[in-house]
This record gives sequence, C-alpha cells and structure tokens, in this order.
Amino acid sequence: MSDIEITAASVPVLNKMFRFQWEKAQNCFVLLYPEGMIQLNGPAGEILGLVDGERSVAAITSELEAKFPDAGDLSGDIIEFLGEAHGQHWITL
Amino acid sequence: MANTGSPCNAQPTPPIISDDKSHGQPLWLLAELTYKCPLQCPYCSNPLDFSDFGGELTTQQWLDVFQQGRDLGAVQLGFSGGEPLVRQDLIQLIGGAHEMGYYTNLITSGVGLNEHKMAEFQQAGLDHIQVSFQASDESVNSMLSGSKKAFEQKLKMAKEVKAQGYPMVLNFVTHRHNIDRIDRIIELCVELDADYVELATCQYYGWAYENVEQLLPTRAQLERAERITNEYRAKLAAEGNPIKLIFVTPDYYEERPKGCMNGWGQVFLTVTPDGKALPCHSARMLPIEFPNVTEVSLQEIWDTSPGFNHFRGNAWMKEPCRSCDEKDKDFGGCHCQAFMLTGDMYNADPVCAKSEHHHLIEEARERAEAVVNNPDEFTFRNERNSKVFAKS
Ligand SMILES: C[S@@+](CC[C@H](N)C(=O)[O-])C[C@H]1O[C@@H](n2cnc3c(N)ncnc32)[C@H](O)[C@@H]1O
Ligand code: SF4
Ligand code: SF4
Repeated sequence: MSDIEITAASVPVLNKMFRFQWEKAQNCFVLLYPEGMIQLNGPAGEILGLVDGERSVAAITSELEAKFPDAGDLSGDIIEFLGEAHGQHWITL
Repeated sequence: MANTGSPCNAQPTPPIISDDKSHGQPLWLLAELTYKCPLQCPYCSNPLDFSDFGGELTTQQWLDVFQQGRDLGAVQLGFSGGEPLVRQDLIQLIGGAHEMGYYTNLITSGVGLNEHKMAEFQQAGLDHIQVSFQASDESVNSMLSGSKKAFEQKLKMAKEVKAQGYPMVLNFVTHRHNIDRIDRIIELCVELDADYVELATCQYYGWAYENVEQLLPTRAQLERAERITNEYRAKLAAEGNPIKLIFVTPDYYEERPKGCMNGWGQVFLTVTPDGKALPCHSARMLPIEFPNVTEVSLQEIWDTSPGFNHFRGNAWMKEPCRSCDEKDKDFGGCHCQAFMLTGDMYNADPVCAKSEHHHLIEEARERAEAVVNNPDEFTFRNERNSKVFAKS
C-alpha cells in the first residue's frame, strides 16, 4: 500500500484516526491517536499542518517554499515524507 | 488499558544507584470516574474493596483536575472506571476536556450506551471509543459478565462506533476460559472493522488476583494463542488490512518483569473515583499514603508528593535488583505484584527469574496445568462480594 505514487496533483488527507495539533509541553506538533502520540520533527509538522484534504502537493510545496525561501526546491523532500506518512497510514490520497 | 501508550516518552537514564527523583510529564491521565458497574467480570482489575470508597468527585472537581493535568502537559485523557457511562455528567466532562485540548478516550463495556448518546459525545468532542468484550461468543460472554444481554449490546455498539466514524479499539481480556477461541476473537474484530485490537492477557490485580486459579491459562494455551495471532497478523497485512493486533504479554510466563508503567511516576497518572492520585491503577493496595486531588494540587502531587516520589530513582532497591544491570530497563518490575505475592513491595517482582520468590510464579504455572475450568469457582466483581473485602 505504501508504494502508491504521489504526484504534484495528489491531494493528501489526514486519516480520521489521527488528530494533528501543537503541543506546548512537547514544543512540537504531534499526531494523537487512541491512547498514543507521535511527536513530529520540524519539517514533518510544517508539511502535515498544510494537509487539509484541499491543498494539492503542488500547493503545499509552493507554500512551504515561500515560507522558507532559503530551503531551495522542497518538492522531493515533501513527496518523500508524504510517502512515508502514507505508509504509516497517517494520510490517505 | 495496560497499554499506557506513547512511544515518545523520553526515559531518563539514571546512574548506577541514584536517588534522583527526576520525572517526565504525566502524558496520560486516567480518570476512573466511578466504581459503579452493571457488569461483574471476575477478572476486573478494580480493587476488591471498592465498596469502601463510595464517594465520587463532582463535575467541577473533575474538570478542575483535568485542567491541572493539562497544564502539567497531559495530552491523553481516559474516561474509565467502573463503568464511566454510569456518570450522568459524562458529556460535560468530555466537552470540558476537549476544550482543554485533550485527546479523549472513552473506555467502556458498552453497556449503557446508545447511538444517540454516542452522537452527542462526538459533538462534545470525544475522539475515540474503546469497547471491551468478555468473549467472542454469547454464552461465555454472559457467563463472565453476569449479563445475558451484554454481548448483543456490545456488538451493536461496536458497529455504531464505526458507523459514526470514531476510531475504535476493541479490548478482550484473555484467560483460560476464552483464549482458545482467539481465532474467533480476531475474526470478530475484523468483521467489526476495529482499528486496534487489544488481546490483553489478563493481569492479576484486584479481582483477577482473587480468581487467578480459574483465569491463568497454561503455557500451551498461551503459546498457541500467540502463534495464531502472528498468523493472523501476517495474513491481514498481506490483505492490506491496517487493523493492528496488540498482544499484551502475559508476565506470569516471562522470566523478566515488565517495566511497570514506563517507570513509577514517569508518564502515567490515575485518579480514582474518590480523588486519590496514583502512579498506576492498582497502586491503591500498597502501604503508601497517596494524596487526594481534593486536598493537594496536581502539580504538587506529581512533582513532590512522597507517594509519587516513592519509587522514583533506584535508591529504594534491594538485592537482586540493586546490583542488577537490567534495573534501568524494568525498574525492578511491578511493586504491586511484589507486594501481593511476597508481602514486601521493595522486593523484586517475583516474575523475575533472579527473584528468590520466583518459585511462586512457577507454582502458579504448575497449578494452571492441573486446574479444571469451573465457572462456579469464580468470585464475581460486585457490591455484595466487595463488602467481604471492605473494612467498613
Ligand atoms: C477496569 S475496565 C473499566 C472500563 C469498563 N468497565 C470496561 O470494562 O471496559 C478498563 C479496561 O481494563 C480491562 N481490564 C479489566 N481487568 C483487567 C485485567 N485484570 N487485566 C487486563 N485488563 C483488564 C477491561 O477489559 C477494560 O478494557
Ligand atoms: S472490567 Fe468488567 S466489572 Fe470491571 S469495570 Fe469493566 S465491565 Fe465492570
Ligand atoms: S533483578 Fe530486579 S532489576 Fe534485575 S531483571 Fe530482575 S526485577 Fe529487573
């Protein structure tokens, strides 16, 4: 299931099983699920924060490139992360 | 529920012998709202003398505890008991906790639930429902729960949980009376479209300890169940089914104890119906003075109370734990188990093969080979039986 192809036109959706939020105590974004929590690193938090079932991968990429102009081309990293997130069932496409 | 959950709790790495009381945040707050329950499972982990503790916190007291917990960094809130649905103010408690930013878990037998309430709970912000079953078929379920209607009700509610779009965990406490049907249990969970399945090998606390002879499976039963679970895992994964089967390890058949609660007072905080704050849900039995949330703030309880500091660090340890190089892994095991089996909570958990009391566990295993299943020997968890164990 994780070998699905993700393109610029794909529209990721957060799996209903997870809730995404900022946790002050952890000082990071987290995914909450029944009786558990996954702490996200900086980039993962930025990307998942834009996953809303409406933005395409292209839209997410250009927003993040605008937000972090020094980071260069982010499309490869974003697609790679979304592939992993899909493998973990955090998102559907 | 044995699963205290989060993979993200950073374990401190204490030096050899240390009185360091350092601790993390109470990520997990378990609110045991009431000891009342319409069912009477003989494996219930509630205290035997629950009828002694009739008082319950008010709505406002609970909300206050939730806010204090949230301020300390708690993020998961479990509503449990007894049966949490017995509390008429459950919807207010859910709503309040949701607004505070908790991920809210309802841990229920399903008895007392209906689709209308479930929808209202969702509106109020309930994130997840865990339904427990006693068995995969009606007759064993009735025998164990003491209710003929419970099984059908559970099936109906489990379907409704999914129909309403909640994530669903199904929990089966397994023991010698139901574990041989593990295949049927797993198939039922797949049919009901569970997201997570807890195949929770019975832990012997409270009523379960009282009934250990009739509950403890044989080694052969356990090994078979684990093998079948692994076969289903492989089969389901190959079918692309994301269902997760969690097989909770049966510590009576281990040679090393479990690292209890990820460390005493490290990530987990339980509050009992009458407001006692505990580092784990069975700690009430220990000869330790635990604070009450109606008298002491949660911050003080967590950070400095003698009860929560009692087993932090490892300076309390005796041999064989004291000089053992595994003590940072299991913290000497479960203090309640040490207390129940040896009378001294400072002993190593007898599950450990290095413990001089390990023969007690071995003898229990041997007895399991000889026991004949007889439900008439169960002491059921109910008010009348509890009075026998109560002091007042
Ligand atoms: C004490 S019950 C309270 C909530 C509710 N009455 C129920 O049974 O779901 C909380 C959870 O612990 C599980 N449980 C009870 N006794 C247990 C034991 N001895 N070992 C492992 N799990 C147990 C139940 O199946 C349930 O999932
Ligand atoms: S485990 Fe059974 S008896 Fe205990 S609280 Fe839950 S439903 Fe009631
Ligand atoms: S001796 Fe104590 S610390 Fe060592 S493994 Fe056994 S219980 Fe754990």
